Parts: sequence; structure tokens; C-alpha cells
Amino acid sequence: MVGFRSRVSLSHLYLFLVFLFLYAPIGVLVIFSFNSLRSTSVWGGFSLRWYAELFQDRQVLQALYYTVAIALLSSIISAAAGTVAAIGIHRMHPIARKIILAINNVPVLNPDIVTGVSLMTLFTALRLRLGFTTLLLSHITFNIPYVVLCILPRLRQIPREVTEAAMDLGATPTYVFFHVILPEIRSAIFTGFLIAFTLSVDDFVISFFTTGSGVNNLPIVVYSMARRGINPKINAVSTLLFVTVFCLLMIINKRDTSIQKLEV
Amino acid sequence: MSRSGKKKSPNLLQYPYLLWASLFIVVPLVLVLWYSFTSPTPTGDYAFSIANYRRFFEPVYLRVMGRSLLLAAEATLVCLVVGYPAAMIIVRLGLKWRNTLLLLLVLPMWINFLLRTYSWMVLLGRQGILNQFLEWVGLPPQSLLYSRGAVLIGMVYNFLPFMILPLYTSLSKIGREQIEAAEDLGANRWDVFRRIILPLSLPGILTGTTMVFMPAVSTFVISALLGGGQDMLIGNLIEQQFLSTGDWHFGSALSILMMVIILLSMAAVSVTDKGRSLEEGNLW
Repeated sequence: MVGFRSRVSLSHLYLFLVFLFLYAPIGVLVIFSFNSLRSTSVWGGFSLRWYAELFQDRQVLQALYYTVAIALLSSIISAAAGTVAAIGIHRMHPIARKIILAINNVPVLNPDIVTGVSLMTLFTALRLRLGFTTLLLSHITFNIPYVVLCILPRLRQIPREVTEAAMDLGATPTYVFFHVILPEIRSAIFTGFLIAFTLSVDDFVISFFTTGSGVNNLPIVVYSMARRGINPKINAVSTLLFVTVFCLLMIINKRDTSIQKLEV
Repeated sequence: MSRSGKKKSPNLLQYPYLLWASLFIVVPLVLVLWYSFTSPTPTGDYAFSIANYRRFFEPVYLRVMGRSLLLAAEATLVCLVVGYPAAMIIVRLGLKWRNTLLLLLVLPMWINFLLRTYSWMVLLGRQGILNQFLEWVGLPPQSLLYSRGAVLIGMVYNFLPFMILPLYTSLSKIGREQIEAAEDLGANRWDVFRRIILPLSLPGILTGTTMVFMPAVSTFVISALLGGGQDMLIGNLIEQQFLSTGDWHFGSALSILMMVIILLSMAAVSVTDKGRSLEEGNLW
């Protein structure tokens, strides 16, 4: 009995250490964003000093603007385009569908750095100047596949007979789309939109290679600041980014518990 | 009559995306492939050449590749060794705890990996908490940051959840009956582990291994932020070719090589896993 109990608590201690390892660094990062000193290891008392400095930093504010603008535009466009694409793909011949799904999976599976440099070569070949447009195009490119993957399973759940019955009763394809299909997949579209938004806010690597002309998003600013060393302002931006993504995640999770599976 | 007409109305909805995906997914990869097999000639043209691939076999670059593969393999191994017991313990917990801990595992995956990496800069820095602790214990401060070890810690920290989750998934599928049956037949704890739990969790081990190895071998951020100048990885080399050196031909060849490595590791897993996934259904 004693042996059993000590084994149980040992394994609990082990789990505790693993989760401590996973959370302590982020915890320290967040705590020291509220430090009144410049140090990221000596506590000088609570203050919002670094957040105040953040909102006076033009570079950060501009990056915030670009992050939100790109995330909103790319996720709205991807949700719309991804919906149309998913419906089209759903009706395709199985072999053709397999091929297009394989292409769709390329940005999901390929290392971000390869997606980034390949888009960079494309934009250069098209003589597009790297900047807002190319950043937006890249984000749409890596977002649509996730929207498609989000909507396709929902479409499969709609019985064929339902759309056929509507057609038999004289509904036009447009009518079927708006009154039969759309209500069924509406929540999947919204989940896809939220995932796209989150991925866009969070993306560093692909953005890093496909932007230019002074257009930076927050992750890029964090990276260039971190390259120069430790700075409590980074802790503050990080905390804000972390809280934003965390809130988005909670909303997505509330809506659809299968999302974890999709992303993982 | 109109019914059959409508049914046969051509389905055009996939074509815009097909066009988009060709332009933004297929063409860029073809371009990278083209760059990798060409070199600029003195006349300003491009000629077919395998010089970019041959250049990769120079000792400097082979060392970079060797270092990337070794570091990624080490990170994967550490994740497996640390993650496997953790997954086993979580599987045995009650439902409520299990769900909470799973959520706590998924959460860090969604924290931007830049931030996760930066958090270790804060901890390992010269004035960082770990050095403060060493000082407090009475040891001299160490230069922990900007080293190979820091890169390894960064990788393990970033990718550990990607190992534990698939391990958990396959361990949780093992029926209690199988273990009890073995115990009834006289198997001891070690036999049960070696002959039942370990083989049945192989799909999880394979998935976890690819999910850690692939991002670890292609990262450039972790090594750029935590590593010193001598810790350049293949990802840093690609970044350098495209953003500072400007040799896109060599950079493209490196990108293609990286894709090949990743495809090979995925193929290796799916081959090893084929027989199993058939009887167990989808892995994930």
C-alpha cells in the first residue's frame, strides 16, 4: 500500500514538473511585462510602464494596424473563397478531388520557410513589390486550405437526397445554395474564418519572407526586437498577442470542440 | 425535364480555387525547382546546372546539414523520453483531470513560437533568472544563452506538446482488457509494457516523432534567437541566401533538399505505419 501511494505521488510530481516546464517560461514572460524596472529578472513592483511605452512606439502601433488589417481582410476573403472552393471540391469526381486536396494540403504540410521563399520568388517573378499586397496574398494562400478542411466534413454530412429533393421541387442551384447548403455549413464557415484570423495574427515565417517596404506585422516586430536582445517591451507585446490568441481560441473552442484535432 | 437539365448543369465552383492554388501553390514550387537547377551565365542568361546541389556537398554546408539533423534528432529523442511517461500517466488519470491536462497541453501550441522562444531568452540571459539562481546558490554565472544547448532547450520546449498528444491518443486506445489479460496470464509489469503497451503505442510514437522532427529540422527562428553564430542550421542558411546573400539559386536548392528530407521522413512513417493504421483506423 505504501509503495503504491508513493508511486502515485511520484508520477504526479513528474507530471507537475512537465507542466511547470511548459508554463513557467511563459508565466515569467507575462509577469515581467508588468515590472516597473527594465530588468526581466529583478522584480521592482507592479507597473504598466512597458504597455504605456508600447502605445507610444510608432513602429509597434503601425505593426498592430497591419496585423489587424491583414488578419481581417485575409480571413474574410479566405472564408468566402474557401466556402465556394469547398462546395466545388465536394462535388468533384473522386480522383480530381484527391488531386486538388493534395494541392490544398501542400501549404499545411510544407515547412513555412519553404512556403515563404517560394511565394517570395513568385512575387518577384510577377514583378510585384513586396509589401501590403503581397503580404495579403500570402495570408490568403495559407488560410484558404484550413477553411476548406474545416467546411468539407460538414458538407459530407448533408445527405445527397436533401439537395436533390430541393432541385426536384424546382429550386435553382442558387436557391439551394442559400437555403439548403448555407444554413448547414454556416457555423463551419465561421469557425474557418476564426481559424484563418488566428493563423494570420500568429504568422511570422511566411510574412517575414513576403513583406517589405516597411510593412511589418507584430510577430515581425517582435522578432527584430528580440534579435537585438532582451527588452521588457517585447514582454508586453508578447502578453498582448498571447491574450488575443488565447481569447480567439476560447471562442473557437466553445464553438467547435473538434478544432483541436484539426489543428493538431 | 428541367430536373435532368439542372442536374447536369456543370459544376464550376472549384475552378477559381483551382486557378488560385495553381498560381500560388504549384507555380511557386515550380519556380523554386527551376531556380535550384539553374545558374546565371556571364551573358545575363540562365543555364541548366547542378552546381547549386553540388555546392551543398562542400564541407561547410554538409556540417550545417549534419548539425540540423543531429539537433532535430536530439530534440525528438528528448521529447520522446520526457513525453512518453507523461502521456502514460495522463492516460491513467480520471476523466476530469485528463481533459484539463489535455487542454493545458494544447494551449502552448497556440502561443506563437516566437514568444515561446523569446521566453527562454529571458530565462537564460546573463541577468536571467537561471543565472540569478546560480548566483544565489553561490555558483559563478554561466553564459547559457547563445549556445547549442539553448537551441536544444528551445526546440524541446516548443515541440514537446506535439509529442505528448499523439502518444496520449494511441495510449488511450489500448484496452484495459488486453493489459489485464496479459497480467492474468502471468506477465509482469515490464512484460506488459514491452509486449503490449509499447507495440500498440507505436503509431503515436511515429506521429509524435514526425511532428517534432519536421518543425525542428526546418526552424530558423529558434537558432537565430537562442543559438550563437556557430549554431547555424539549414533554415538559417536558406534565410540567409534569400534575404542577405541574395543567392536564390543555392537557397532554392537548399529548400528543395529540405522538402525532400521532410517528405522522406513522412514516407518512412507512413510505410512503417501502414499495416497498423489499417486495423486501428485513422491515427489522428
